[in-house]
Amino acid sequence: MTLWWIGNVVLFVVVTPVVVYLLHGVFTAARSIVPSVEKIARTAAAGSTDLDATALLLTTRDQVTETVAGVANYGGSLDVILDDAR
Amino acid sequence: MAPVLAVEAAGIITIVAVALIVALLVVYLLAVIVQLRKITKGLDEVIAHVGEIVEKSAPVNGVVTTINEQLDAGVDLLEGLLVKKAGMTDAVGLVDGLYAGAGAAGFRSFPESKNIKAPRIGEVYTKGTLTLARLGREAPIAVGNPAGPALRDVQRGSLAARLLYPEGRQTRPEALPRSPVIGTEAPVLYPPSEQRGGTTPDDEEVAEKGPWTEVAAEGIVPAELGGSDAPRDQLAEDPQLGSPVLGETTGSEEPATEGGIDPSAGDEADATTDAGPELPESAEPDLKDAAAARRQADVESAE
Repeated sequence: MTLWWIGNVVLFVVVTPVVVYLLHGVFTAARSIVPSVEKIARTAAAGSTDLDATALLLTTRDQVTETVAGVANYGGSLDVILDDAR
Repeated sequence: MAPVLAVEAAGIITIVAVALIVALLVVYLLAVIVQLRKITKGLDEVIAHVGEIVEKSAPVNGVVTTINEQLDAGVDLLEGLLVKKAGMTDAVGLVDGLYAGAGAAGFRSFPESKNIKAPRIGEVYTKGTLTLARLGREAPIAVGNPAGPALRDVQRGSLAARLLYPEGRQTRPEALPRSPVIGTEAPVLYPPSEQRGGTTPDDEEVAEKGPWTEVAAEGIVPAELGGSDAPRDQLAEDPQLGSPVLGETTGSEEPATEGGIDPSAGDEADATTDAGPELPESAEPDLKDAAAARRQADVESAE
């Protein structure tokens, strides 16, 4: 009988606080993840929006190609007009 | 009965303790489940946005690579053209003159250019000036300042480019000095003693160029002191330079020869009818006679 009472005391004084401590730690950790995930989601959304201008790179590529072609034509003309260095 | 009550009390306490622990487990685990669901929802949103990022950035690598290749080709072209036309040393000097210190970096396509000491080429590049002059353009010498505003207006490029050249030739062409007129009808006739090459400096030219220009005028012997245009009796018996060498103007409209000049003589020229040897019609033409034969067009014109 005495041992039973001792077991009850241990149950209340040791086991229950330990269980509470562990459960509270898991809950706190799970709750702290939520704001981080929300920040990641907002950042990913902003990154995706920033990449909307990526399509303009196709225009840039075409314009660079045309510009270099113009430079080549201009340089070719100068090559004909001017004498080479001796 | 006391032990039974004692056992019942201890059992009740145990049951309460277990029930309390189970209740705590339920409460905390439910709260954790709620948080985990929020996390799952947030991660689903993140995955969606990351998918967009991957999709949008997929062609970037190829496009940027193409752009870089094109720009590399342009740089190689310009560097090659500059080195080809100006030479390696002058090319480094020209680049260093435009952007101080850039010459030390050299050209990307010509690693040996890093070892060349850049010559000092400022606003005047003699070789370029001569090239422009050879192309029939006046060279814009020392009109631009690297620290000043851009010389070329993008919208009015041709007008801006004119500013590189002397002012009077661009905006006031009517004010340009007239071509010199020579001969007896010239607006200004100078005595022979002042006609020994170049123009005689007047007061304005002397003020502009300096008093040294007067030396040329003073260095010519005037006629009253026995200059070449002095009367013959004042000249030495054998002047080293007589009129056949120096030449002189007649001062008259009368022809110098007895018959004078016959302007109609050209109309009676017989070069087109009598030129060339008479070739036998039956003979085989020889190539050496081709230049001497009369042109059919001239024959028809004469007829």
